[in-house]
Amino acid sequence: MSIAPAMSTSAPVYHGSSLDLVGLSMAYGSFDVVRDVTVHVPAGTTTCVIGPSGSGKSTLLRGINRLHEPKSGDVLIAGESTLGVHPDQLRRRIGLVFQHFNLFPDHTALENVALAPRKVKGIPKAEALEIARRRLAEVGLAERADHRPRDLSGGQQQRVAIARALAMEPEVMLFDEVTSALDPELVKGVLNLMAALGRRGMTMVVVTHEMNFARKVADQVVFMDEGEVVESGPPAQLFDSPRSRRLQRFLSEVL
Amino acid sequence: MDWFETIKRTFLDFDAMWQVLPQMLGTGLRNTLIISVAATALGLVLGMVVAMMGISTSRWLRIPARIYTDVFRGLPAILTILLIGQGFASFSQSIFGPSPYPLGILALSLIASAYIGEIFRAGILGVDRGQLEACRALGMSYPRAMRLVVVPQGVRRVLPALVNQFIAIVKDSSLVYFLGLLVSERELFRVGQDAAVLTGNLSPLVLAGLFYMVITVPLTHLVNYFDNRFRTGRRPVAPTSGLKEVNELDDAASPLVYGENT
Repeated sequence: MSIAPAMSTSAPVYHGSSLDLVGLSMAYGSFDVVRDVTVHVPAGTTTCVIGPSGSGKSTLLRGINRLHEPKSGDVLIAGESTLGVHPDQLRRRIGLVFQHFNLFPDHTALENVALAPRKVKGIPKAEALEIARRRLAEVGLAERADHRPRDLSGGQQQRVAIARALAMEPEVMLFDEVTSALDPELVKGVLNLMAALGRRGMTMVVVTHEMNFARKVADQVVFMDEGEVVESGPPAQLFDSPRSRRLQRFLSEVL
Repeated sequence: MDWFETIKRTFLDFDAMWQVLPQMLGTGLRNTLIISVAATALGLVLGMVVAMMGISTSRWLRIPARIYTDVFRGLPAILTILLIGQGFASFSQSIFGPSPYPLGILALSLIASAYIGEIFRAGILGVDRGQLEACRALGMSYPRAMRLVVVPQGVRRVLPALVNQFIAIVKDSSLVYFLGLLVSERELFRVGQDAAVLTGNLSPLVLAGLFYMVITVPLTHLVNYFDNRFRTGRRPVAPTSGLKEVNELDDAASPLVYGENT
């Protein structure tokens, strides 16, 4: 890809809020999946969460927006505790993008994006569709607005899913292995889009197996194993001089 | 050839059929459709309630739904119709008047809702769990997510089963005659049977049978047609190269996807 001139005039600017996980613990029944996780994500920065399968990364994301209710600990957005906030209210402020897109198959791309602004925020239909059109244009899918998900490639579907989350104007975006289900040639398009979001001020937590993305884009990398944060810090530190045995082992397997 | 003539006279006496045809159309067909459509409409509403209770996380909703389903699926239709139709007759009379239709329709819809509830439940449970999660993650409440996204998808995939249920109701509607019908209230079966008794010839019943099939057979085929179309779709599916999409992205005039390598 060539380096393109900046288009700052029309570029959307996001106002991400800071996100703090404080001693967050989560369990499935009696089984502890996330243990005492504390992470500080400054506003407008990107934190990548890496780790082997079963390490609790995805569960951690679901704890942030309370799709899975945490056992103990707290989640702070913009410095304020969210435990007392109703989950439906909280989730308006947090976008989540899934590994398997989870687009609504009987809605067009445009309707997928417009649905939540209309039904959750109560924005009038015409206005919501206009918002959706803009969001789709931002992710490069203006031409595909009237396509249904099954007529879109995986990469396009995932970009619609990102537009759908952005349409709610979230303060924080969560990404749960969003490129794991994509054909290899389509991965970069989605990752570039995420990187651009980060550069434009969105606060992001990205669970990923894309180590190159974590190294280049993340402001902070968090390595989790067995539900705990084993090591965290700037990407250069974690990837070039991992301190813990477990991270050394993990990196030797994935790099 | 004697037996052939006998059979023909017994079952296919066109004169007898011709004579009863106006009543079949004007009274029988009309009433059968009224009973069936009303019972189906009510059955769909009740069935959705039973289904929502059945998939609830609360056992205080789940267990009553289970019992309801077991009872009304487990009883013979005729027994339910008689118990409801006669048991509540005086109650119904004070509200709706002497017609047995309200209770007959209610009984049919109770039976139907037990089946329809199971059909809906299966359809809704068949919808990928990610759909509900996606809705909830966008801030939708559970009822809204179900109503806007999950239930429509679940219902669409069980449309064939619902049509089958309608066909069952059309056939069961004949049982309402056990509650006693006025001449103008008779449905297809009763019209046929009365004429058969009157003429000592079964042809009017055969005609009633033909009318039932005129309702049910086209529906079966219609539903198969739609089922196939939903399944296979009818869009052109020329394979596109993933590289084309990469080019497209490179060309996109969007501030987010435009250039700026990572």
